[in-house]
Amino acid sequence: MPVRLYLNNVGKSFTMHLQGGMVIPVVSNVEFSVASGECVVLGGPSGAGKSSILKMIYGNYRCDEGQILVTAGDEIINVATAEPRQMLSLRDRTIGYVSQFLRTIPRVSAEDVVAEPLIAQGTSETEGLETARSLLARLNVPERLWKLPPATFSGGEQQRVNIARGFIAHYPVLLLDEPTASLDAANRAVVIRLVEEKKAQGVAMVGILHDQDVRDEIANRIIDVTSFAADAAA
Amino acid sequence: MSVYQSEDPLLQVHNVTRYYGDRIGCSDVSFDLWPGEVLAIVGESGSGKTTLLNCLSTRLAPTAGAIEYRMRDGAMRNLYQLSEAERRLLMRTDWGFVHQNAADGLRMNVSAGANVGERLMAVGDRHYGKIREKADDWLGRVEIASDRIDDDPRSFSGGMRQRLQIARNLVTHPRLVFMDEPTGGLDVSVQARLLDLLRRLVADLGLSVIIVTHDLAVARLLSHRIMVMRHGNVIEAGLTDQVLDDPREPYTQLLVSSILQV
Repeated sequence: MPVRLYLNNVGKSFTMHLQGGMVIPVVSNVEFSVASGECVVLGGPSGAGKSSILKMIYGNYRCDEGQILVTAGDEIINVATAEPRQMLSLRDRTIGYVSQFLRTIPRVSAEDVVAEPLIAQGTSETEGLETARSLLARLNVPERLWKLPPATFSGGEQQRVNIARGFIAHYPVLLLDEPTASLDAANRAVVIRLVEEKKAQGVAMVGILHDQDVRDEIANRIIDVTSFAADAAA
Repeated sequence: MSVYQSEDPLLQVHNVTRYYGDRIGCSDVSFDLWPGEVLAIVGESGSGKTTLLNCLSTRLAPTAGAIEYRMRDGAMRNLYQLSEAERRLLMRTDWGFVHQNAADGLRMNVSAGANVGERLMAVGDRHYGKIREKADDWLGRVEIASDRIDDDPRSFSGGMRQRLQIARNLVTHPRLVFMDEPTGGLDVSVQARLLDLLRRLVADLGLSVIIVTHDLAVARLLSHRIMVMRHGNVIEAGLTDQVLDDPREPYTQLLVSSILQV
């Protein structure tokens, strides 16, 4: 299967200017690739740099060293050096991010929140909303909530709205940031099925999953992030 | 928020500098703005953000540097080489300017409908019925009830005035809108409504926006890109969430860490 994502010699550290310029090394020499239809899970204890790697791929964190190459259509784009406009384009069409926490926008209904990424990719509003409702139903979000803004929902409901939003659109690369944390067994099973469907569509995924059962079910490979520890390389 | 389709920038800013006597207002600022892109300029009071905004919007001539704008015919023109008449037409039709204090952007002694209709008349609309119809439509889009169309803005709340100012600016379908602290001085709940409205209008109309704000939450919600200013200089710039989640400069780290968490 073709490689969709390739991290080459990636390194990251934070310089904390408010703490006297303290430098906190996070990772170095990160190297792995993810092929179409594959789910790679990042393993290692918390603080090992799993989230930082995911955020560098999505561009929330700067990549200080190395390359992060993403296949976008017939182009290969290096996230580490991409212009903001290229990054925004990648996020609209190529890289999706499923996170645990919903950044709610006042007055936007749950179904609109979910449908937005699909509509942004060119699907009609009617079809986008239909798909959004079916995903919300699959994730057991009660129908009476669909037209309401999620700001007042429970934590679990907000999380499921965000999962629906993350899975709705067609991204060739999908990043999973603990999508199943604190979900009940029934909803965990739904997420596992959603991941399997994405695999079948050829999506390349990188995930952080602390839940052992979920990890065993969906991971094709586990990459131990401690091997990229910045101090180990020094 | 599709900002990448167009290959040509709408605005190109080259080394814009403004001195007030010996004092620096803003220094050596360069950037490009593309159609549909929202750029936030952040920084504390006195950092030069409003000076820069005024230079860009031709309200204050820069001491040095050049600003080029893509006119509707596709040609790039140096803004400070336009004739006075061309510049005025641009400001009345292709641009909008939303002031922090709505009273600065509205005519307070004429009706809400006339405030919106006036910009239409400036671009040559003469049919009273059509102007009123369009004004009514725009009041609706900024959530002002039709029965307030003949009231003057003095009787409006701060949030309503701000929404009216936005309608007045957008009625001519501008391509570039400047905003100076558009949510400043409003109650939090009023701010949230205004922000949501702005977010939708900007996306629906594909507007390019340059917004000055000291509120990083406003920048995060509305903007694609951010420029951090301090002492008249741009010290850090990039993708909004990257600058806010992974600030690099000491001053940006201080700004981000100063936000109260609720």
